[in-house]
Amino acid sequence: MNSKTAPTPQIRPLDLQDERLQDRTGLKGQLKAFVDRTRSGDLGVLPVVAGLVVIWAVLQTLNPIFLSSANLVNLAMESSAVGIIALGIVGVLLVAQIDLSVGSVSGLSAAVVAVTVVNLGWPVWLAVLATVALGAAIGWVYGQIFNRFGVPSFVITLAGLLGFLGLQLYVLGAKGSINLPFDSALVYFAQLAFVPPWLSYVLVVGAAGGLFATDYLHARARRTAGLSSMPLQSMIPRSALLLLVLGFVVWYLNQTRGVGWMFVFFIALILAMNYLLKRTKWGRSVYAVGGNAEAARRAGINVKAVYTSVLVTCSTLAAVGGLLAAARLAAANQGSGGGDVNLNAIAAAVIGGTSLFGGRGSAFSALLGIVVIQSISSGLTLLNLDSSFRFMVTGVVLLLAVMLDSVSRRSRTSHGRA
Amino acid sequence: MSSTPNSPGDGNGTPLLALRGINKSFGAVAALMDIDLEVSAGEVVAIVGDNGAGKSTLVKVLSGVHAPDSGTIAFEGSDVTIPTPMAALHLGIATVFQDLALCDNLTVVDNLFLGREISPLRLNEVEMETRSWELLKQLSAKIPSLRTQVASLSGGQRQTVAIARSLLGDPKIVILDEPTAALGVAQTAEVLNLVERLRERGHGVIMISHNMADVKAVADRVAVLRLGRNNGVFNVSDVSAEDVIAAITGATDNVVSRRSAARGAPGASTPSEENQAQ
Ligand SMILES: Nc1ncnc2c1ncn2[C@@H]1O[C@H](COP(=O)(O)OP(=O)(O)OP(=O)(O)O)[C@@H](O)[C@H]1O
Ligand SMILES: [Mg+2]
Repeated sequence: MNSKTAPTPQIRPLDLQDERLQDRTGLKGQLKAFVDRTRSGDLGVLPVVAGLVVIWAVLQTLNPIFLSSANLVNLAMESSAVGIIALGIVGVLLVAQIDLSVGSVSGLSAAVVAVTVVNLGWPVWLAVLATVALGAAIGWVYGQIFNRFGVPSFVITLAGLLGFLGLQLYVLGAKGSINLPFDSALVYFAQLAFVPPWLSYVLVVGAAGGLFATDYLHARARRTAGLSSMPLQSMIPRSALLLLVLGFVVWYLNQTRGVGWMFVFFIALILAMNYLLKRTKWGRSVYAVGGNAEAARRAGINVKAVYTSVLVTCSTLAAVGGLLAAARLAAANQGSGGGDVNLNAIAAAVIGGTSLFGGRGSAFSALLGIVVIQSISSGLTLLNLDSSFRFMVTGVVLLLAVMLDSVSRRSRTSHGRA
Repeated sequence: MSSTPNSPGDGNGTPLLALRGINKSFGAVAALMDIDLEVSAGEVVAIVGDNGAGKSTLVKVLSGVHAPDSGTIAFEGSDVTIPTPMAALHLGIATVFQDLALCDNLTVVDNLFLGREISPLRLNEVEMETRSWELLKQLSAKIPSLRTQVASLSGGQRQTVAIARSLLGDPKIVILDEPTAALGVAQTAEVLNLVERLRERGHGVIMISHNMADVKAVADRVAVLRLGRNNGVFNVSDVSAEDVIAAITGATDNVVSRRSAARGAPGASTPSEENQAQ
């Protein structure tokens, strides 16, 4: 196009022909792009990671057991159930709605699975299926009420919070507590099932290889289409870094019990959700509805269906989380899903970087957020501080995250980013 | 009703789109009253009218954003209802809205293909991006990167994106609500070229504009709305800008003609004898 500048050795890619574009290729360029992004208020995972480092450093100095392999193994296991609930919250926040009833729904599902397995003698798979279906049905009902009557989601789910807590107590009956048998597959999965060390390393290599393969294939497709593409020089360090980090984490956890299957399940759900959000038409619609619902509607998106699908996903994941929490405890009782489960799940999504204003965030924020929250919880427990401190500290961290969300949103607006 | 009795169908039978007696009110405000309009294939119909005349409301009725209170819409000869924007897109009615309907948090490519992504279960980003570049080049768009969020674009760039998006689904009718209002000189000319190209390819085009020069340049017919009512349909070839302005403001002795008379502008003060509809 612009052949004014004489010394252009090769034809520039289709998407880099505008002369106003500054060079952002190569490692240095990427670093610069990262700085640009951060300064314009698109903070990404930076604040959470920084926060996590600070929290870990403080807790480690207060109690040297905190970063021990055994404690981190436990932390990963403890994170999984609420993390899965937070994953559902991420989807709801992306469309600028909220679900306040995830705690109650998870408690109800714990009660249902316990009653069906223990009292009714159902096989575990059937009980699990029924519980998950119940979660989906709850989300569907929310969606219908939201779409048909236009009741704000926080009111509907506030009603759900109370209603399903009541149902949970009713299902549990007079005794109020049901123990799951220790030999049940569920309890085994949540307490004792660990990935054999060799397999954990295979998984790590698989993850790094998978990242490299997707990067490589993507770059090749872009190059053949005449678009700019990621050079091999930045693909290799990316995958190598992932290999190193994951490899170290897994090696460290393998010093004691290793990586729990439940945690692997949590990560698998995150990866699946990430794929759905980033690589499918449905995910694109979710972001569009969260960014500008009217524009999405005019583009021909079935906005109501998107709301319903997101609410169904959230309640379903809440049910799965509740089920795993019951399995981990080997019991369902009146306190299942109560206390801080609800707020922890929501706080995790927000702390992890998913905006309360809709349209921004990613599946990985569930992981980052829940690790922050569980770290605080675990660290304070190690210090023999009771839940009063835990609530206060988590509250402060949540407040910081929300403030950061609002401030960075303002900064983004002034830098031309949504 | 149309005061100039000319054959709107250009002799080839049923019009592509025909509106009969459309009414729409917002609470106490009657935004559209008894509106008739016809658009044939290969025809550019301009809709003009003062601010608040109901032009955008008419567009929104046609694109499924607002449902009309009464009246019929016939598309290719058969009566249809357009309850949702999706229904309009399925019929083949694509719209560029005045209040631009883009998602700020998505990139240019994402916005262009929103609602019609290529391979829904495994988005083909590469194909979408190359097609976006091709399309935007046709429109002489000056957008440095298609991987930036729409929030960072200028008003005219956003307009270009919105226009480009309406063309993606190969629609039968394209509705443009003040498409050139925010555009630069080159981009305006490009949009006018585009409108002519659409006509040549046999699309029907409805263009809303306040710019008489643009209307005269590309439209075949011009329909005037005044306070929510039809106030005349003219053949562009045999009507003067003054007559159209008279129909828009409702009088030959209007503020526009008085102004040009006062400044002694040539050819502006001849009061036309016809077209004093209602
Ligand atoms: N969503 C709405 N709710 C209530 N009233 C509305 C709505 N949309 C339009 N109106 C009213 O309908 C009338 C026609 O508005 P419309 O937007 O169609 O005007 P327009 O001809 O497009 O004007 P402009 O040239 O300024 O774009 C106005 O009086 C406006 O106030
Ligand atoms: Mg308008």
